[in-house]
Formats: sequence, C-alpha cells, structure tokens
Amino acid sequence: MKKKKLYTAINVTAFLLPALLLFVGVLIFPIIMSGVYSLYDWNGIGAKEFILFDNYKELFTSKNLRFMKALVNSLLLAFFSVFIQLPISLGLALTLGKGRKGERFFLSVFFAPVLISTVVIGQLWLKMYNPDYGIINMAIRLITGNPDFGPIWLGDPKLALGAAFVPILWQYVGYHMLLMYAGVKSVPVELREAAMLDGASQGQVNRYVVIPCMKGILKVSVIFAVTGSLKSFDLIYVLTNGGPFKATEVPSIIMIRELFIGGKYGMGSTIAVMLIVLCFAFALIINRIFKQED
Amino acid sequence: MDTTNSIKKSSKVGNYVVYAILIIWVLVNLFPVYWMFTFSLKDNAEIFGENVVGLPTKWLWSNYVKALNSGDMGRYFVNSIIVSVSTIVITIAAAFMATFAMTRIYWKGRDTMYKFFMLGLTIPIHASIVPIYITLSKVKMLNSYQALIVPYAAFSLAMAILIASGFMNEIPKELDEAARIDGCGIWKTFFYVIVPLMKPAVSTIGIYTFLQCWNELMFASVFNSGDKFKTLPAGVQEMSGRYTTEWGPIGAALVIATFPTLIVYIFLSKKIQSSFIAGAVKG
Repeated sequence: MKKKKLYTAINVTAFLLPALLLFVGVLIFPIIMSGVYSLYDWNGIGAKEFILFDNYKELFTSKNLRFMKALVNSLLLAFFSVFIQLPISLGLALTLGKGRKGERFFLSVFFAPVLISTVVIGQLWLKMYNPDYGIINMAIRLITGNPDFGPIWLGDPKLALGAAFVPILWQYVGYHMLLMYAGVKSVPVELREAAMLDGASQGQVNRYVVIPCMKGILKVSVIFAVTGSLKSFDLIYVLTNGGPFKATEVPSIIMIRELFIGGKYGMGSTIAVMLIVLCFAFALIINRIFKQED
Repeated sequence: MDTTNSIKKSSKVGNYVVYAILIIWVLVNLFPVYWMFTFSLKDNAEIFGENVVGLPTKWLWSNYVKALNSGDMGRYFVNSIIVSVSTIVITIAAAFMATFAMTRIYWKGRDTMYKFFMLGLTIPIHASIVPIYITLSKVKMLNSYQALIVPYAAFSLAMAILIASGFMNEIPKELDEAARIDGCGIWKTFFYVIVPLMKPAVSTIGIYTFLQCWNELMFASVFNSGDKFKTLPAGVQEMSGRYTTEWGPIGAALVIATFPTLIVYIFLSKKIQSSFIAGAVKG
C-alpha cells in the first residue's frame, strides 16, 4: 500500500512539474517580487533603498506622476464600456440570438475585429483619424459641405479620450456580443415559447425571460469590461501614447514610462501592484452587486 | 382580422428596420478593413484625394515589397510564427500533463491545485513585467525567442488547463481501467489512450493561445526591443514610426500582420468562436 502511494506521488509530481515550474516561476513568484520591489526606491542598477509605503504615498499625491488623473481616465473608459459598449453588444446578441436569416453571417462579421491585432487597429484608426487625409474628416467634409472642417481628433485634449474610446468599442463590441449570444442561446426554447403563448411581446420576452437567464454571462462581461479598461494599454499606446498633454494617460502607460524610460523599478512595480489590487477589488464589487440583484 | 393584419404589417416593417441596422453595423465593421486593403495598394496621391474609397487604379504591389524588405515585415512575420508555434506546443504539453494529474489520478489536494492554477485567469500580465524583465536582463536573455515564449506559455496555461479539463472530464473513466487491465501504466495510458482523444482540445487551446501570442504588444515591445527578434505587433509599430508620410507600405504591413488570422477565421469561424466562449463561460 505504501509503495503504491509513493508511486502515485512520484507520478503526480512528474505530470505537474512542467506546468508548476512555468506557473510558479513566471507568474506567482514574479508577483510576489513585484510586491517586494514596490517597497523600495530602486533604479535597477544601484543599491535598493527600503522605503516601506512611500511609493504608494507618492503615487496618490505626486503631481508629476498624475496617477490619479490616469486612474480617472481608465475609470471613464470603464464607464463608457459598461454603459455604451455592453448595451450595443446586448442588443446585437438578443437580435441575433432569437434566430433569424443570416444569423451566422452577422455573428461572424461582428466578431471579426476581435481577432485583429490591437496594433493594427490602432494604426488603422490613426490613419482614419488623420485630420487632413483621414477617411473620417473627409466624410464629414463631404456631408457638411464645409471644406475647412477638420478636428484634430487625437490631438485635441478635449476630444482625445473619447476618440481613443471609439476604436476600443469597435474592437470589443463583437467579443461581448459573442459571449452574450451564447447566453441567449442557452435559454431553453420552451421558456420563450411559453411566454409568447401567454401573449408576451418580443421585448417582454427579452426583459423578463431571456435577460434574467443570462445574469452569469452579463456579470462576466461587466467584469471583463471594467478590468480590461483598468489594464488598458495597447490601443492607447498606439493611438496617443498618453498625449496630447497627458490627456489620455492610463495607469499602464505611466507604468511603462516609469519603468523603461525613467528606470524607476520601484515605482513601476507599485503601479503594477495597484492595478492588480484594483482589478480584484472591482471584480469582487461587481460580483457583490450581481448577487444582491438576486 | 384588421388588427392581426396591421400587427403583421408592423412586424414586417420592424423586421426591415432590424435588418437595416444589422447591415449598417456590418459596414461599420468591414469598411475600415476594406479601406486598409485598398490603401495598401495605392500611392499617396490616390489615398489623399484622387481615389479615396475606390479600388486602386493601378495595383501597387511594390508597397508590399517595400514592407517586406525595407520594413522588415518578412522577418517579423517569421518571428511571430516561431514564437506562437513554440508557445502553443509548450502550453499544450504542460497543460495536458497537469490536467491528467488533476483529473485522472486520485490524490489529496488535487482540487486545491486546480484552483491554484485557475488564479492565473485573473492575473494581468502587468503583474510580472518588472521581475521578468530584471531576470531576463540578468541572464542576458532579453532580445531572444525564449524571452517571449516562456512568459506567453505561462500566461496561457490557466486557460489551457481550464479548457483541457473540460474535454478530459468527458472521456469515460472506464477507458483508463480497461487500459490498466491490459497492462498499461499511467504514462502509457496518458500517451496512448488520453492524448489521442484530446484532439478537439488541441485545436481549441491552439487557437486561443495563437491569438494571444500573435497580437500581444506589451511584453513584445519591452522584452524584445532589438530588431532581430521582434514580433509583428512591435514590428508594425516600429515600421509605422519610420514611414509616417508614406501610407501605402504601412497599409501593406497592416495587411501582412492581419491576413493570416482572418483567412483562418473564414474557414474556422465556428471553432474560433466556440474557443472564446469556452474560455469565458467557464472562467
């Protein structure tokens, strides 16, 4: 019996080893190290100076870093995502999910932007937003008949964050639509038909039958939209890199700048840790809210 | 009768409205991609005014030659393939083995181990960028294939185990017992019984991991800033910086980075969609 136990233990260890090495070595251990680095003033080369929570204090008070502004920006993106992007996704999912001609075609087209690299989407929209030759301003000039019309979408501090949000929406509407579509499809057909027989309109069926059945998926979508906005990096990096005049800075942009331009490994780690904490906190809060609804 | 007729009529009108909206949304989705394809074959004069939305008057394939040669897109493309394929192989091997240990062998703590791996689903890549960067620079491995492959594999692992365990749990346990009676040990059971039945999991995990690696920007631009080992996202970004005034070659670079995924998507749309759903619904 003992021999068999030992045999099992050896096998289990052997089967788990590659995954554990990768997971602990590249994820778990570095996260702990990030936490440790965040307590030091360190530029990566010289001596580390232990400063406890001074980095965190600086993060929230320093006017140079502008972390609070960046955090507000990412929360604005989260707000846009939840209240503009997700309703569009839900509308599309409900429309396609009840079954109609061309359903597969529409679904596949709407999901396609998710597969395109964010760098490509960013570069493409940079061209579309180009004040002189971009397709957007050209179209507006054609429609309004005003040849001088030409806002500098990404170069105007007042417009830039909104303008940067549009490609984000364009890319991810399809992603949330697909998840919600799967949710709509998981609602039993009999439930729908029963409600219809009772005289419910299509809107009422959606409101009282389909959407309540999709709560799990909606929760996942809201969590992804909010944590995704907090972590957002790629599209902002390509479109504006935080500019103009830091109007579109988000935490990840500051993190990369502190790390690899400023050489401030301690502060960079602090921002990384803050991001993880915020993502977990928001995920918990959203979970709570959905639980209370029940 | 009148009322039912008018209801039918109004629902018919409503139907047209719905289709009109869907088609507008199709155009919103496809037009930027169409515009990208066409301007990748035009010169500046056409893009900037002569022929903004039409098909190119003369198809300038030289833009592609420029992107591939002086823009280095050819090398970035090969790099992306090497990094993505290696990551997929490592991720699937490690995930299958670990999942086997957690679903087919009985031992105390296997559920806890599973939950431990699932932590990886919620951890953003930001969390480990500094320590990985410092370690890589210490062992002089910045600017190499493994500088991306190892982190990508680690961050794909949680999702891969999640998907793999879904598939592996559906394989009847009787098969293991039958194999044991036939004299197979644990390893033989794994390689000859379980792995051959996991083909659908291979494609689901493969697709998911491929898209993560192919499109990832943050690690790619930080760990491999030198030209030699850059992958497509960082390469496109770099090339766009060099060709700010000439749009055609940039368009070509964007198309080169995009068409492999879109072509695969045309043939495997259902499979790709279901791998995204599998990830989110269970996670």
